[in-house]
Amino acid sequence: MTKVETVLGSMNGMNGLSRGNTFIRHLDPRAMLITAMAFIVVVTSFGKYDILGLLPLVIYPVSLMALGNVSFRSIGKKLVYVSPFAIVIGIFNPLFDNQILVQIGDVGISGGWVSFGAIMIKFVLTVSVALILVALSGFEEICHALVKLKVPKVFVSQLLFMHRYIYVMADEASRMVRAHTLRSFKRRGMKISVFCSIISQLLLRTLDRAHRIHTAMVSRGFAGEIPVMHGLKAAPGDVAFVLLWSAFFVLARLYNLPQWLGFFVMEGLT
Amino acid sequence: MHMADALITPVVGGTMWAVTASLTVYCAHKVKEDLDERKVPLMGVLGAFIFAAQMINFTIPATGSSGHLGGGMILAILLGPHAAFLVMASILTVQALFFADGGLLALGCNIFNLGFFPCFLAYPFIYRKIAGDDPTKARLITGATLASIIALQLGAFGVVLETIASNISELPFSTFVLLMQPIHLAIGIVEGLVTAAVITFVWNARPEILRMAHERITGDFSMKKVLAGLAIVAVLTGGIFSWFASAHPDGLEWAMFHTSGAEELEPGANAAYEVLAGVQEKTAFMPDYGFRETASGGDEGEEAEESWPAVNAGTTTAGLVGGFLTLLLAGLIGFTLKHIGRTRETITGA
Repeated sequence: MTKVETVLGSMNGMNGLSRGNTFIRHLDPRAMLITAMAFIVVVTSFGKYDILGLLPLVIYPVSLMALGNVSFRSIGKKLVYVSPFAIVIGIFNPLFDNQILVQIGDVGISGGWVSFGAIMIKFVLTVSVALILVALSGFEEICHALVKLKVPKVFVSQLLFMHRYIYVMADEASRMVRAHTLRSFKRRGMKISVFCSIISQLLLRTLDRAHRIHTAMVSRGFAGEIPVMHGLKAAPGDVAFVLLWSAFFVLARLYNLPQWLGFFVMEGLT
Repeated sequence: MHMADALITPVVGGTMWAVTASLTVYCAHKVKEDLDERKVPLMGVLGAFIFAAQMINFTIPATGSSGHLGGGMILAILLGPHAAFLVMASILTVQALFFADGGLLALGCNIFNLGFFPCFLAYPFIYRKIAGDDPTKARLITGATLASIIALQLGAFGVVLETIASNISELPFSTFVLLMQPIHLAIGIVEGLVTAAVITFVWNARPEILRMAHERITGDFSMKKVLAGLAIVAVLTGGIFSWFASAHPDGLEWAMFHTSGAEELEPGANAAYEVLAGVQEKTAFMPDYGFRETASGGDEGEEAEESWPAVNAGTTTAGLVGGFLTLLLAGLIGFTLKHIGRTRETITGA
């Protein structure tokens, strides 16, 4: 399988990954989108050493994955795949910030390691929520939500159009790469000159295809704008979803819940 | 080179979102104004082309590593700055949603770094100036290569500035610049060469495509308007966000002190939260939560003045126990919800 096919398969698998007819899949995509944005803003607003305060927020992605039957493994795999940038930038923190911040018995943990931990937790939370959004709502529903949220129609049409043709173009690219692989025996990778001519051929095919698509669209009455369906209607359940989760995010941001829990338990034990 | 949500603050992310959103609205307006309906399918399919092209890797000579196309300059050359910006924004949105490249809050930063610089700076001021109205092959190659290199350099510098302004990474400005710029110079040269090769190929095979693109992209491009608009949006949003950030540490923290009745907390203690001011003060690991003291009527004012590092064995142990229990609870909630869902499915199925 070529890399193109692998990427395409993963993308296809992600869209509406959620299985079953659960209520969470019927939520208004606007509710999902707004709650996801509120979640990300709250997560990123935590201080750089505040690992503990971030932990209760794990409940949100975990609940969504459980309710929507989204496989933990598939989200985890994606997280591992995209983690290098956050790790590469974050790993400098322990080098530059050596002051001991936490003392556990004889072991002192420096501020740099704590802030690195916070970066990684923030990374896992924000990235998983973005992936869960597509898995639960599906890309087309998110685009409908964007239209309702007053995002310019030209941009939403572009998103839908591109999403539709990614599969077609990637299929074309995949065939070209396979043809090259079959003719290049054991040579690993692609020479830059070969790459340039493959890409250029692909571009020419793309332009021809765009021309054919345009002709087909015009013959079916296209006059410059792709109609987008507006079938969304917010139900009380959608409003409650946004409000309750947002209230929880604010609560988790205002009060260090794990710290309180820890004290309660320890007080109870002693 | 995608920025990640984990490395930026809401102030930086929000400001860049506002800037990018206004640019998107402006570009959508311009594209609609063009009334060239041929562009709609062309934009969609070219976006898909860049996406597909990015999935093909090539070997970078003498390094053993591999690279892929960025594509911003190719789009700008074929579509013009406004349509190219929208296509780039759509590519990055799909990448953020499907592949978790970057993130939703960092999307504004990413679209700006990878869309604004090639489309609104490198294309009109480098490529068009060099290529001219009646381009030759040599001019096309020089223009495309130089514009790609400079666009990528500016994009990488954007990443540095956004990261430094967020103050989450400890990397000093100079180290980060020295780390990012040379790597992206190398990547930029390769990107530039690939862009030039693709443009030359199209020029040789189908010169009318480039000619038509050049003619279609009319000269009514007003950079002054774009820059003035952007500056206003950036100053307004940045100003509003940072006003919140400095007046009320980070808004929510301020509210917490008020709800817990600790009004005597001096404004000076809030300096640690002045994110935009770049004050790199450290808050305690579990700041402001001396639960025992508060419960027994301890002095909050004194507690707030407790200087860093607040290494307190009791607090740390409670934190570790609480953290562990919270994660356990989250897992339990997930397990229960999943179990309930399965039971319901079985019942419905039966």
